[in-house]
Amino acid sequence: MNPQTTWSFFAEHRAEIFGATIDHLTLVIIAMMIAILIGVPLGMFIVQRPTLRTIALGIASVFQTIPSLALFGFLIPIPFIGGIGKRTAIVALVLYALLPILRNTYVGLTGIDPAVLEAAEAMGMTRAQILFRVRFPLALAVILAGIRTATIITIGVATIAAAIGAGGLGTFIFQGVALVSDTLILAGAIPAALLALLADFLLGLLERRLKVS
Amino acid sequence: MNTKTALSSKKTIEFREVSFRINDILKRLIVLGVSLEIPQGETLVLLGRSGSGKTTLLKLINGMLLPSNGEVLVDGRSTAAWDPIRLRRSIGYVIQDAGLFPHFTVAENIGLVPSLEKWDRCRTAVRVGELLTLVGLDPAEFAGRHPRELSGGQRQRVGVARALAADPPILLMDEPFGALDPVTRAELQREFSALARRLSKTIVFVTHDLHEALLLASRIVLLESGRIVASAPPQEFLRLDHPEVRAFTASLAVTPGASP
Repeated sequence: MNPQTTWSFFAEHRAEIFGATIDHLTLVIIAMMIAILIGVPLGMFIVQRPTLRTIALGIASVFQTIPSLALFGFLIPIPFIGGIGKRTAIVALVLYALLPILRNTYVGLTGIDPAVLEAAEAMGMTRAQILFRVRFPLALAVILAGIRTATIITIGVATIAAAIGAGGLGTFIFQGVALVSDTLILAGAIPAALLALLADFLLGLLERRLKVS
Repeated sequence: MNTKTALSSKKTIEFREVSFRINDILKRLIVLGVSLEIPQGETLVLLGRSGSGKTTLLKLINGMLLPSNGEVLVDGRSTAAWDPIRLRRSIGYVIQDAGLFPHFTVAENIGLVPSLEKWDRCRTAVRVGELLTLVGLDPAEFAGRHPRELSGGQRQRVGVARALAADPPILLMDEPFGALDPVTRAELQREFSALARRLSKTIVFVTHDLHEALLLASRIVLLESGRIVASAPPQEFLRLDHPEVRAFTASLAVTPGASP
């Protein structure tokens, strides 16, 4: 690998790399929004339902253990959510992102100082008031930590989505592997790594702002 | 004011043959056949060792626990018949670690029950100022702080102010000064004793410290293994002839030179 040729490749194809990065980011953002919309309410719902909690966390953990390439493969023959393309990729990414979000929502909501919850109950707050005005705000930093972990996982896993024709930075990586070209692999890997670092940094910043000691 | 119910009877709180059993496999009895009348304006101290059932009695008053047998009447009505939310909003509650909401400022902590009761902002702010002054904290300095920016003693003062916010006729206190250093504790005990006399509320105060009980109580009720074994005003309490009373008075005896 010659750094000079790599650099000139990057310069020549910057429009394509930029386009793929935008595609990649779109995929991640859509998947994360769906995962948050499912994971956070579900986490709030299972806090006081032990049986459901075991089932939900169990299923989410199982998805996490399936190798990502295999999960994309499994989804292809499934009607409506499957097939080739972005939709299938988003479904798979949501399934991966779900566990960290669900688990952190649950942990955040249950890990609150019992004295605070006792006081809230004794002051005559209703269950809903305790959930939305005490538990949820106090759990927010932990929930956000889960979202941060999930985002980073999703940015990485989304590169594999190119295998089922979802586009994104994985396109360069798969081409690079096929053509034995480090330059092409790097054209996908470097922006993906930068995206992950940037997301980690920004969400970390937000997390620290929300933390209540 | 909608929370303040007119006290119809003189017995603000009454326990009638109350037993409480933990609802688990062991079904342990925590409270056994307790009957107790607490008239309006009394400062009743529940004294006892850890595990004697003091806190359970307290939680039976505001409906956080319901009796397994017998009934607890608050203002003439059984706690089982009260709407628990209404009942609790008319009873102030202070616990050992204050249990302040860490994400709220001092003013927001104190103003919580008023805000739940939909007071307007202005009235709540005025009330918060009054209460901070009442518990000896300068509103200008403390209203905007968060609980983490307070000392243990200051937190407990805010806890008391929060419990008094909606002017409840009853105040329940579960070892409120238990976690403080001895100097701060003595300071708060003295101030609270003066405050309690001024407020003329019905106060039920839980402690395992006989010294504190003697200082604050208009009547001391001694608990042992879930039963009431003695009940007397402080002056008479020390003269009672009961082994558990003697065990507690022995704890008061100090070697010369030690703190009182």
